[in-house]
Amino acid sequence: MENPYVPYPVRIDDIEVATEDKSLKTFTFVFQNPEDEEKFAYKAGQFAELSIPGVGEIPIGIASSPVEKGFVKFTVFRTGVVTSHLHNMKKGDIMGIRGPLGNWYPWEKLENKNVVIIGGGFAFTTLRSSIVYMLDPANRSRFKNIDVVYGARSPGMLLYREELFDWEKRDDINMHITVDGTDDPEWKYHKGFVPQVVENNAPVADEDTYAIVCGPPIMIKFTQPALTKLGYQEHQIIMSLENRMKCGIGMCGRCNIGKELVCKDGPVFTLEQINQTPKEY
Amino acid sequence: MNFITIDKKDWAGGIDRSRKTYRVFGPVQDENGCQIKPLTPDLYPLMDAGVTVMSPKSVLFPQTEKMLTATLDASREDHHIMKPVEKDDTLRVVLGIRPYDARAILLVKLNFDNPDYQDPYWCDAYAATTFVGLGVNRPGPCDFSTSTGCGPFSEEGLDVLMADLDDRYLAKILTEKGETWAGACGFDTTADAAESQALFDILRKEAEKNITASVDTDQLSEKSILDLHEAPFWDDVAFSCINCGTCTYVCPTCWCFDIQDETKHKTAVRFRNWDSCMSPLFTHHASGHNPRESKVQRVRQRFMHKLKYFVDKYDQGIMCVGCGRCVASCPVNIDIREVCTIMNNHESK
Repeated sequence: MENPYVPYPVRIDDIEVATEDKSLKTFTFVFQNPEDEEKFAYKAGQFAELSIPGVGEIPIGIASSPVEKGFVKFTVFRTGVVTSHLHNMKKGDIMGIRGPLGNWYPWEKLENKNVVIIGGGFAFTTLRSSIVYMLDPANRSRFKNIDVVYGARSPGMLLYREELFDWEKRDDINMHITVDGTDDPEWKYHKGFVPQVVENNAPVADEDTYAIVCGPPIMIKFTQPALTKLGYQEHQIIMSLENRMKCGIGMCGRCNIGKELVCKDGPVFTLEQINQTPKEY
Repeated sequence: MNFITIDKKDWAGGIDRSRKTYRVFGPVQDENGCQIKPLTPDLYPLMDAGVTVMSPKSVLFPQTEKMLTATLDASREDHHIMKPVEKDDTLRVVLGIRPYDARAILLVKLNFDNPDYQDPYWCDAYAATTFVGLGVNRPGPCDFSTSTGCGPFSEEGLDVLMADLDDRYLAKILTEKGETWAGACGFDTTADAAESQALFDILRKEAEKNITASVDTDQLSEKSILDLHEAPFWDDVAFSCINCGTCTYVCPTCWCFDIQDETKHKTAVRFRNWDSCMSPLFTHHASGHNPRESKVQRVRQRFMHKLKYFVDKYDQGIMCVGCGRCVASCPVNIDIREVCTIMNNHESK
């Protein structure tokens, strides 16, 4: 019997400070056993438990993309015991990864559709995974227009800045980068909150347009009315939820919203599904 | 199905013979009341015990259980690589388990052994365990097992069902596991099947008559989750609750757990502990946000899980076997039977 609690051993291959306040770092892991990488085959939108022996585990969205081989990446906000410990680890350290866990963005349903990605703050990790996946030459033709609205407090708080600005230059993706505010006279992108930028720049919905929304609760709260104004129906708004988790495989019982378990039945739900469950997230 | 008769004079000797192949569990009296525990060679099960304080779920799902371990000694090649701890998977037998507790194990199995994931600790323990049940001749005042798909002589989840006939046990062998156990004990006095079944039926009817409490669950599956969740009665239900969590620990069907790491010297151990939805920490995010911050939300979660979410998810009735432990143990007299009735009768406005 496979033991779903046993993590794959990984080595920290690289650590990158991701934001100017140093509260986020991006960790690149390489599997100690190459065959484990195959077993860890994942889809954009899934998460994994980062597992530090003697410290604990944390559920984190996978920031690397299925089309990137040889490593997996996670961008982690320092907030609790495990994330603080992880932030103090070094390149070369050995730890574990358990997964991939949960469901993913509905890639089959999104084929031949317009996809609008809306993210705020550090909830951009699985969205990065998704964008890299869609932009991959093998996949780009499977999707119609791609729009991205991504905002952070300040330019230095945007994740994956270099990639964002590279995507900005491409003509097969429409980037709408925004910050709450900046005094940088060189800033040439949007200023303002995500919901406003969505309302002014996101495409009006037809039945072939879907929005994927990830962000802090306040952003989600005000983005929903903006999307409604643009004609998005509840089933066209796809969200990824977070709840406290331990097992990640639907057994330990804490992450439920109604009868759905965020770890196993989610984390990806449509707004239509979420509206049918108690809002306990 | 074959029946055997076990003279009570032979009972202890049979148990002793079975100890060569089985770790034997059964009800014993300790400082905390009557509990199902491993029986040391000098101990025999208290077969006439009433409802045990704690359920036997811990035989398969210990209150605290080591799962994984790793060395943190960097000079070792496998340092920081977590591996499963070795488990004792020798056969075990639970003597005197009551039918409601046996059904509870089947309900818990839906969680630990599902098409997507199998919990190896629980599943291996389950595979190694034989359940020798004892019908309830004299149901207690809190027993409402007849209205939860169970009853005092229910066979579900058991390998052997025994009936206490004063000077002897009449045992119905229900599975191969049960037959193997009887063989290991040397119990082989066959009883007439038709006669024995008739006797079981009489005892069952007699016992069922003595169960006066019941719950109505027939409307639950038709209610909407949101209607029940938003119903106005939760404040009243939760008013007296002190969130002690006793109901979740004594419950044979509560399976929630926490996972924690500890280190001692250069060894890291990951283990799990029973957890409780009554605790605010259960759902507390690292950010400080808590989706079930208030007591009312947590009490609602417990009853909604048992009486609605589970019903909808598995279509196996309610996640309650009617043992009555939570009713008897609750320090503020919250009664799941009343809550179930309120939920079952709730009409949304």
